[in-house]
Amino acid sequence: MTAPVGSERGSNGGHTFVGKALGYLRDNTLLALWLLLAVFLLIIEFIRPGTVKPVWITNTILFAAPLGIMAAGQTLVMLTGGIDLSVATVASGAAYLLATNASLGTPAAMLIGLSLGLAVGLANGIGVALLRVQPLVMTLGTGLMAGGVMIVYSQQMLASQPRVPEFIRTLGSAKIGGVLPYDLLLWGPIAALMIIALRRWGFGRLVYAVGDNREACELAGIRVWRVQLAVYVLCSLFAALAGFLLVGGTNASNLQLADSYLLPSVAAVIIGGTSIFGGRGGYSGTIVGALILTVLTSLLTLLDTQEPVKQILYGTIILVLAAAYAQLTD
Amino acid sequence: MTGDAFDAGGQAQSGQGAGARALRFARRNMALVGMPLLLAVALIATVIIHPNFGSFDLQSLALAALPLALAACGHAVVVISGGIDLSIGSMISVANVLSGKLMHKGSFGGALLWSVVIIAIGALLGCINGLLVRYSRIPDVVVTLTTGFIYGGVALLIMERPGGGAPAAFLDLAAGTYVSEWLPNALIFLAVAVCAVWIPVVRSRLGLLIYATGSDRVAAFRSGVDTDFARLMAYVVSGVFAAIAGIALTMTTGIGAPLSGTLYTLSGLAAIVIGGVSLSGGKGGLVGPIMAAFLLSLIPTDLIFLNIDPNYGQVIQGTLIVLVVMAGGFAAARQDSK
Repeated sequence: MTAPVGSERGSNGGHTFVGKALGYLRDNTLLALWLLLAVFLLIIEFIRPGTVKPVWITNTILFAAPLGIMAAGQTLVMLTGGIDLSVATVASGAAYLLATNASLGTPAAMLIGLSLGLAVGLANGIGVALLRVQPLVMTLGTGLMAGGVMIVYSQQMLASQPRVPEFIRTLGSAKIGGVLPYDLLLWGPIAALMIIALRRWGFGRLVYAVGDNREACELAGIRVWRVQLAVYVLCSLFAALAGFLLVGGTNASNLQLADSYLLPSVAAVIIGGTSIFGGRGGYSGTIVGALILTVLTSLLTLLDTQEPVKQILYGTIILVLAAAYAQLTD
Repeated sequence: MTGDAFDAGGQAQSGQGAGARALRFARRNMALVGMPLLLAVALIATVIIHPNFGSFDLQSLALAALPLALAACGHAVVVISGGIDLSIGSMISVANVLSGKLMHKGSFGGALLWSVVIIAIGALLGCINGLLVRYSRIPDVVVTLTTGFIYGGVALLIMERPGGGAPAAFLDLAAGTYVSEWLPNALIFLAVAVCAVWIPVVRSRLGLLIYATGSDRVAAFRSGVDTDFARLMAYVVSGVFAAIAGIALTMTTGIGAPLSGTLYTLSGLAAIVIGGVSLSGGKGGLVGPIMAAFLLSLIPTDLIFLNIDPNYGQVIQGTLIVLVVMAGGFAAARQDSK
């Protein structure tokens, strides 16, 4: 269900070598993604030889974790045929709440941050699942609401200095023994749970089923609203966690912290092979998608150009990758 | 569009009183009837809150609403065709910085000429969106989210920080008052721009194609509609509206700024949703969104008069979007169950 997308088509991929190779990649889209990642690494190594070292690789994982976690939620939502445009606002807001409430102790501050995720997730879920609002509109609306509330909150907080707790800073920027990034301790279990849940658990089956055919699910007696509610709540909670990692990494919290993560959170899922129409894809693809986008960012940093040019290149490459993927699998 | 046809049929069949008929018309065209009512209530509320609401306040309202209304028009056309355009804000920024840069220290005539060029560039950007949606097989949300990111980079490349300007006579086209201080030029500008772009579209075959494609793409395709062409043209029109909105932004703010348009992607979408354009396509027009743009621009003003933090305006905007869509959903569900 997850990786092989068009397996019945694989056999007639053509007789030439290229045709056969394309046919094989069509059957193993995950392999195609890993190959792509390898190509990016080769390009980086070519531009600046000696860059790709173990330290560089662990750094990449360190930087990819917030995106990977945010995209985990986005994967769940997209598998049910929805989209969540409020993730960036939730991540920034949760990080800001964490930093401004640090004096209450780290666990309490984290709970306050997560509660924003819970609130927005519940609102999104109730709106989409029970009130049948289009996901795009619902998450846009809650994003605006949460963003507005956070701006008002931030103006009342001007007096007190936001402070990122030591624990969060370690989690977001340090490595165990200088090797293994701490944030992998968060991302790893989430990734494992996501993959196992989507492949093995009943919940995963339900997520795919709802995205594949909502009406059929309802007729089969599945409580579709429960699945959707769970998916949106999880997505916002993941976004809040990603916000924690981001603020831990930058050690400076502001309400624009995660703004630049909205597009990558969607793009990582799309490039990873999850259909925005639901029912097709999986988290393993998203992980590679997040890694590819992070490596792409480093690649653009190596190019000595202005920030806007990097932005244009980044967007163009995302488009090319997504288009190539769509051509390969369709 | 279809609503009118249904109403004509309904009126012919039933010989009920005018009151019942009016009620049914109102129920079927909630946006068309509800929006002016809502706007009127908001205006009356504003006058009550702020009794010396004068011509100056009206002018600043029109100035605030003008770019938003044009952005909403761009959104509306694409959504009516069954798509979505999340790059409108960035296209507005591009047009804004282009006009701020090109018209700086120029003549009035030169500024007019540049406007034509910038509108053509807007059409080109919209065309790129449309072609990508057509040929890349990437979903439109993702395409326009990404092109929005790219166009944002283009705007930053043209002008790194706010600056530039345009001849005062050109700014007056939207910022001044020619006729009466109670009729700001912004309103005339809006009316002229919308009529000049939208009437040729909606009164021609193209308008029919866009509505047909949006209401049921498969049915439209099977009836011989070139749905790809209709969707492409919708994106082009959206680019044109975005370019005009960007120029209008130069007129109302007097400068070009690379991030000036970002806000309008979301607020414009809010305006069309509140203005009765169905996100599933094929339904709605431009009048509702334009009135919704004025309504949304009134909210921060009213909050300031009420001594409430105007930043709550964003919260109210978000709440309004969700409430309006929910109300629409309930109405549709009730009609289904009847």
